[in-house]
Amino acid sequence: MNTNLYNYILGLADNSLILGQRLGELCGHGPTLETDIALTNIALDLLGQTRSYYQYASSLKGEEYTEDDIAFLRTEREYVNCLLVEQPNTDFAYTIARQFLFDSYHLLVLTELQKSTDLTISAIAKKSIKEVNYHYRFSSDWLKRLGDGTEISKEKMQEAINSLWTYTNELFLPTEAELAISESGVGVNPEVLKAKYYDMVQNVLEESCLETPESKWFQKGGKQGIHSEHMGYLLSDMQYMQRAYPNMKW
Amino acid sequence: MSEEQIKNLEAQFEARIARDEKIEPKDWMPEKYRQTHIRQMSQHAHSEIIGMLPEGNWITRAPSLRRKVALLAKVQDEGGHGLYLYSACETLGISREELYEQLHTGKAKYSSIFNYPTITWADIGAIGWLVDGAAIINQVPLCSTSFGPYARAMVRVCKEESFHQRQGFEIMLKLAEGDPKQKEMAQDALNRWWWPALMMLGPTDDKSVHTAQSMKWKLKRKTNDELRQQFIDQTVPQAELIGLTIPDPDLKWNEEKKGYDFGPIDWDEFWQVVKGHGPCNKQRLNARVSAWENGQWVRDAAMAHAEKQELKSNNKAV
Repeated sequence: MNTNLYNYILGLADNSLILGQRLGELCGHGPTLETDIALTNIALDLLGQTRSYYQYASSLKGEEYTEDDIAFLRTEREYVNCLLVEQPNTDFAYTIARQFLFDSYHLLVLTELQKSTDLTISAIAKKSIKEVNYHYRFSSDWLKRLGDGTEISKEKMQEAINSLWTYTNELFLPTEAELAISESGVGVNPEVLKAKYYDMVQNVLEESCLETPESKWFQKGGKQGIHSEHMGYLLSDMQYMQRAYPNMKW
Repeated sequence: MSEEQIKNLEAQFEARIARDEKIEPKDWMPEKYRQTHIRQMSQHAHSEIIGMLPEGNWITRAPSLRRKVALLAKVQDEGGHGLYLYSACETLGISREELYEQLHTGKAKYSSIFNYPTITWADIGAIGWLVDGAAIINQVPLCSTSFGPYARAMVRVCKEESFHQRQGFEIMLKLAEGDPKQKEMAQDALNRWWWPALMMLGPTDDKSVHTAQSMKWKLKRKTNDELRQQFIDQTVPQAELIGLTIPDPDLKWNEEKKGYDFGPIDWDEFWQVVKGHGPCNKQRLNARVSAWENGQWVRDAAMAHAEKQELKSNNKAV
C-alpha cells in the first residue's frame, strides 16, 4: 500500500467528516429554518465527500476494510484533521467563522486537486468543488451579514474570527504525506496556497467591515493527531454505536 | 355585505368544493374555512419542525456513514416540508412570525408523537417506518384536498415521506436480521412506538370534534378510525415479514371484516401528551424557543444588513 497516498486521503477526508459532524449537532437549533436547512445541506455534502475519500482509502488498504472502519474505529491520536474543524459551535458567529475559514482553504485545495494525476482524487475534487463553491458563498455571505449588520453582530463576528484565527496557519504546514504526495503530482503542497488564502480571507473580512487579526501565534498538531480536548468527546459521540456493538451491519 | 350575500357566497363556495374545484388564496372563503386551514396547516408545519428534534438527536451517533447521510438528508427534507407548509399557510393571510409565536406559546399544537424520546438507534428506524407510515396514511388524501396551496404542498411532501418510510423500514429490517442484540433493540423500539403511532391518527370518531366539517371540505376523506384500521392492516404484515411482534395481545385477523381486530388504546396517555405532559413536551418546546431567542441577534443582523444594502443600491440609482 502507498502509505503516503493513504495518509494524504485521510487528511482530506477527516477534515470533511469532523466538520460535517459538528454541523450535524446544530440540526433543529439554528436561528432560522433556512439556516438550519443550509447547514444540514453543507454537512450532507461534506459527509458525501468523506465517503468517497474513505472508500478510496479503504480500497488501498484491502478488501476487508470499509469506510466505516476508518471513520469509527480510529482513536483521536489517529485522526489527522486540522484543529480548526473540530472547534465547537460556540454560537452562530463561531459556526460561520469556522465555516468561512475552512471553505476558503477547501476551495483552494480542491481547485488544485482537480488537476491531480490520480484520477480518483481528481474526480472527487471535481464533484466536491461544486459543493464547496456553494458552501463558500453561504459562509462568506453570512460573514458579511453579521460583520456589516448590527453592532452586536459585528462584535460577535469579530470575536469569533479572532478566536479561530489561531487555527488557520496549521492548514499550510505540510505533513510528510502532503510533501511526498505533492511531489508526485497527486496532491498539493499547502504551503503554495498560503499567500493566496490570506489575501482571499482578508478581502472578505474587509468587505464585511471586520479586522484581520494581527496575532502571529498559531496552534498546530491536529494533522499529526495531536488534537484539542474537544476531539475525544466528538469521537465518543460519533463512535458510540460501533464501539458498543462491534462487527455488526446497520 | 348583507347576510343574504354571504349566504349566497357560501352556497357558491360549497358548490365549488362539491365539484372538486380547488380554492385558491384570492378566492372568497368562509372565515371558518380559513381558520380551520390555518390551524391544520400550521400544526402540520410545526410537526415537521419539532419532528427534526427527535431524529436530529441521533445524527451525531448514527452507526454508519451511510445511515448518517440518509438521516441528515431526511431531517433536511423535513425542514423543507416545514417551509412549504408555512408558505402555504401564509397565503391565508397570517405571517410566519405569528405562526411561530403560536407554537412557542403553546397556543398551536404539533403532532403528539414527537413528545416521545429517541433513546436507541432503532427508534430512528421505528419513526421512519411507523410514524412516517401513519403520516402518509393521513397525508395522501390531502393531495386532493380542496385548498390548492395545501394540496400542492402535500404532493411533494408525500413523495419524500414515502421514501423516508422505506428507509425507516430498511433500518428495522437490517436490525431484525442482525445480531440478537440488534433484533432486541428493534423489538424494543416497536414496543415503545406502536401505540403512540396509532394515536397519531387522532381520537376515535365519536371523540373527534373536527371530523364532520373536515370531511365536508375534503380535508379528510376517511375518519380517524378508518385510517387507523388501514394503518394497522398495512403494518402488521410488514412486522411479520421481518419477524417482529406487534405489542398487542388482542391483535387478531378478523376474516369477516378482512382486517385486524386490536386492543384498546390508552387514550388517557394520549390526552396527557396532548396537554403537555408527555416525556419530552417541555424539552421540545424549550429547544425551539431557545433556538429562536438565541437566534434573534442573527435575524436582526440579517435585517440590518439587508437595509444597508438597499440603501446603497438606492444611492447608486440616484
